[in-house]
Amino acid sequence: MQITKETVKRVAMLSRIKLDDTATDKMQRELAAVVEYMEILNRIDTDGVEPLSHAVELKNVLREDEVKPSYSREDILSNAPKSSNDAFVVPKAVE
Amino acid sequence: MNMTDILNMTALQISEAIKQKQITVTDAVLAVLDAIDKVDGKINAYITVNRDEALEKAKSVQQKIDSGELRGALAGVPIAIKDNICTKNLKTTCASKMLESFVPCYDATVIEKLENAGAIILGKLNMDEFAMGSTGETSHFGATKNPWNTQRVAGGSSSGAAGAVASRSAVLTLGSDTGGSIRQPASYCGVTGFKPTYGTVSRFGLVAHASSLDQIGPIAGSVADCAAVMDAISGQDPKDSTTLELGTPEFLKNLSDDISGMKIALPRECFEVEGLDPEVSENVRRVADVLRSKGAIVSEISLPFLEFGVADYYIISSAEASSNLSRFDGVKYGFRAETESLSETYSKTRSQGFGDEVQRRILLGTFVLSSGFYDAYYNKALKVKRIITEAYTKVFSEFDAILCPTAPTTAPTSGQSLLNPLQMYLSDIFTVSVNIAGLPALSLPCGFDKNGLPIGAQLIGPQLGEQKVLNIGHAYQSVTDFHKLRAEVM
Repeated sequence: MQITKETVKRVAMLSRIKLDDTATDKMQRELAAVVEYMEILNRIDTDGVEPLSHAVELKNVLREDEVKPSYSREDILSNAPKSSNDAFVVPKAVE
Repeated sequence: MNMTDILNMTALQISEAIKQKQITVTDAVLAVLDAIDKVDGKINAYITVNRDEALEKAKSVQQKIDSGELRGALAGVPIAIKDNICTKNLKTTCASKMLESFVPCYDATVIEKLENAGAIILGKLNMDEFAMGSTGETSHFGATKNPWNTQRVAGGSSSGAAGAVASRSAVLTLGSDTGGSIRQPASYCGVTGFKPTYGTVSRFGLVAHASSLDQIGPIAGSVADCAAVMDAISGQDPKDSTTLELGTPEFLKNLSDDISGMKIALPRECFEVEGLDPEVSENVRRVADVLRSKGAIVSEISLPFLEFGVADYYIISSAEASSNLSRFDGVKYGFRAETESLSETYSKTRSQGFGDEVQRRILLGTFVLSSGFYDAYYNKALKVKRIITEAYTKVFSEFDAILCPTAPTTAPTSGQSLLNPLQMYLSDIFTVSVNIAGLPALSLPCGFDKNGLPIGAQLIGPQLGEQKVLNIGHAYQSVTDFHKLRAEVM
């Protein structure tokens, strides 16, 4: 699979990371090398093999739906770059 | 007993000396703080030192020891914590600009447990940014230098943890391991590091890198110290639904150097890896000889999937990382770039707040999960994960543990790895498949190369085989002295 400049731009947009031209070129070269290396997995026959998400398998870890204390609003807003009394404040989303 | 004496003691010896009233908790804390003052300017292992609080805590812990309220193995022992583990009211940066001023409003479960055990948190340790890296060099605060030779890297991503123990500027530390991040820096720095079975230690409060691979574990001066930490930090946690119910841990109590009859496998492929340093190979084979002298049976086996581990690991871990790091958007916490619009807030915050390696992995992860590529990459990687896990299970049906090198070389020179990311990834070849299969693994110092750089041997156990692995390591350390050696920082 060829990682082109277009691939990098698309993936950067999906990841919400802003890359200028120079950065895009550099990232394209680096990612192309890594993705090419990953082709090594095509040497393994995985026909009929189920994907495994968690090595130590657990099923249906549930708990009672009980109301318990959470963190205070003050705590949660304490690291906000910008906040009002009760909310996170961000630049306008819609004009 | 003076400060130098204290710094030459293990955590268990310090805790015993406190119980015997030979030293106070304050003495122990001051000794380490003093060491940090002398050494950290040269090696940069610490991001934050919690001096005043630690000294305050020392007094209250001393009272509780005197009254008999605190009696455990870690009571009064100073500990330092990798900076991706949340400590309430103490800055937690993940060595990133993104979280440079982030102060958590809660403690990670492991921190609560350590405090209940009477350990004193001295500070937060340097690391690769968001635990992504194998040298320590992706840290926003500059790399930790290897105390054995400051031209060399300390390894990563728990670079500060390994560097601090190796230089005696910490007695005990907590690191985290996603693909080798406890074991490899322990190997490069000549100290002991342990990664538990996935699900043994709660990840609540650990800033996530790859949620199906991450585990917290100790880096310390001995296997016995690691066992004591494991007793304190393991256990099921309702706040982490991937933790296992395993009852009360007694790893220290059950620690034994009797390994007669235990079967240890030596995979031949590990000794055929391209770029493996012959001195590393030789020293690890000598570990096999020592284990034989303690009654273990060491035999050669084949581990054919070894060569696929790195590719499998980097697909899975970058996919999970791309998802985990999407929370860093400049809105709720952390760095926010100056922008006019909300969408720019996201993209500028992330491209300015994250370093190169982190951005690389997020893009790689997004790519392998993206429409059209998900099946060929991510889904394929999960199938390989099953194959790798089952292959290990098969080995462990016959053997108690696997012995191999921790890393193919000793610590590289600074500045090398950043030139070639793929090269850096390949140095993880012996550690990554362990995380894929969720297995416990220990790195033991076992010698030095001709340049005086430490070499590490790795012991891998079956899932929930912590006691076996710790016992084999303890047996090795009962007849060797490598784990006792520390670096004089020049």
